[in-house]
Amino acid sequence: MKIALTSLAALLLAMLVPVWAHVIDDPFFVTMATRMIIMAMAVISLGLLVGFSGLVSFGHAAFFGLGGYTVGILAKHHNEMTDVAFLPFSWQGSIEGLIQFPLAMIVSGLFAALVGLLSLRTRGVFFIMITLAFAQMLYHFMISLPTYGGEDGLSVWQRSTLPFIDLYDDQHFFYLCLALLIVEIIFLKKLLASPFGVIIRAAAQDEQRLVTLGVPVFRYRLFAFALAGAWAGLSGALAANLFEFIGPGLMHWSRSGEMLVMIILGGLGSIYGGLAGAIMFIGLEEVLSEKTEHWSLILGPILILVVLFARGGLMGALQRFLASKD
Amino acid sequence: MSIALLFEQALNGLQQGMMLFLLASGLTLTFGIMGIINLAHGATYMIGAYVAATVMASTELFLVSVGAGMLVAGIMGLILEFGILRRLYDRDHLDQVLATFGIILIANEGTKIIFGPQALFMAPPDYLNQAVPIGPDMTYPLYRISIILVGLLVVLFLRHLILHTKLGMLIRAGATHREMVAAMGVDIARVFTLVFGLGAMLAGLAGAMAAPLLAVQVGMGENILILTFVVIIIGGLGSVRGAFAGALLVGLVDTFGRAILPSLLMTILPPATAAGIGGSLSDIAIYLLMAVVLMIRPEGLFMVKGKR
Repeated sequence: MKIALTSLAALLLAMLVPVWAHVIDDPFFVTMATRMIIMAMAVISLGLLVGFSGLVSFGHAAFFGLGGYTVGILAKHHNEMTDVAFLPFSWQGSIEGLIQFPLAMIVSGLFAALVGLLSLRTRGVFFIMITLAFAQMLYHFMISLPTYGGEDGLSVWQRSTLPFIDLYDDQHFFYLCLALLIVEIIFLKKLLASPFGVIIRAAAQDEQRLVTLGVPVFRYRLFAFALAGAWAGLSGALAANLFEFIGPGLMHWSRSGEMLVMIILGGLGSIYGGLAGAIMFIGLEEVLSEKTEHWSLILGPILILVVLFARGGLMGALQRFLASKD
Repeated sequence: MSIALLFEQALNGLQQGMMLFLLASGLTLTFGIMGIINLAHGATYMIGAYVAATVMASTELFLVSVGAGMLVAGIMGLILEFGILRRLYDRDHLDQVLATFGIILIANEGTKIIFGPQALFMAPPDYLNQAVPIGPDMTYPLYRISIILVGLLVVLFLRHLILHTKLGMLIRAGATHREMVAAMGVDIARVFTLVFGLGAMLAGLAGAMAAPLLAVQVGMGENILILTFVVIIIGGLGSVRGAFAGALLVGLVDTFGRAILPSLLMTILPPATAAGIGGSLSDIAIYLLMAVVLMIRPEGLFMVKGKR
């Protein structure tokens, strides 16, 4: 309960970010906060797999990137008034956010379902590696598509249009992302409290027992995997808008690794862990890269120290701190 | 495609496979015995290449350069094992991924500071920098042949070490029955350290041997690391024999994919598109191979019993 209250306070604080940016007269601050929130969306969805389902997926950046590519590709065809490739029918894309965003979630979710279908039969390290393999396949596939930028990636010429919301306004963009993040957190909280969530978490502890009870664990996991992929896709769609660019580099395995790092930094087993991890990782990167170009020389030891001495990440430390107060 | 060209590609595949084996053998042993995922193995390879290229530039002595690369990589491995990884053996894979990711960050940035941001280039020694005839109207670079030979020597060395020495016996026993070995009074921690140092030295050897073939730069370790993981997953974790089979398989599939796919595609696509797509499809071929192997044998070709 205390964790929930603390997190609520943090969310309220987040609402004030644009005000603060105005006070310190640094509009870039809002953009950085938006980036944190977008990354947090992807990392939290990964947390559903890693933290609650016991499925260490090492390919989450692929779903993130696919969502981004969906936006990039639709915008490109809309601007060039050409047909989207590989479709059986003729469609000249769209820059409507209400079309792009759901489609990004569907495309990423379906791809995740396909990957899950093939990889959920394996366990442990093999699962880690096979998800990585599928992500790398997609990465190389996107590089090989000269139509969509190949190695250079795609510029997103126009941000998505939405009713009442102007994505070219930094504050509009920020509040949209914050709202979507809150929707995601509430959705996942409800989901984890439902029978579905109980089964997913139980399967992480004792799969055999559930199978014996007649629970089709595979199907539940597959749904969780596709769901996490869909949210990562939405996050990627927002990121493509923010960067006004999408490229294969955003799907590289090191990006998936970074997401895992964020989630472990924040702490597993709590939805807010992903949020805390994303904020801390990007914040550190931002602060350190301002001070020195050799910032990873400082970030590296921090990561190692967190693993060695701060088990459970930020949320674990917070929990210990709150427990010591009681 | 002519027979001669096929033969040449087979040799290229063999050479790449040997290179992968040098990396994979160390990684599979450390995983098999200690159950640790070491993402920093690629960093060790990179250090080996950098040290060898630097020593070669100042001394012009090839064997000394390779030796120096191996030595520094081995020392780096020992320091990592002793300082950090030792504390992570009982942790889950996630913690190991995070810590070794941190090591990569440090190693890459440190390398940039020490050796400079530009790529280094290393020339093979004159006595290896020539082409030898391997058939009618066919020559092949002697340097690549020497890599194949070095790889085979390491295979024989590891085979002898693992099957016919006391240390090898402990390695095999430790891989399957760690507690039992410790209960018999063996200082298993020391075996771990030794194996880790050996694996790091082999990674350094791979880096030093690879240095004349490619640009020595930051990031070279990560590129080959993933391939190495594919190799040990295909081969079965903890199995050196599996690592050998997997390395050859990946080396050959990669090389032939790169050589054959573009020309195959050219029959159905315009040449420029075919070259681009074919190149990337051969990148995909390796991962496809791994996915297929895992589909049929979820624990790799030569799984060590009792390991997960």
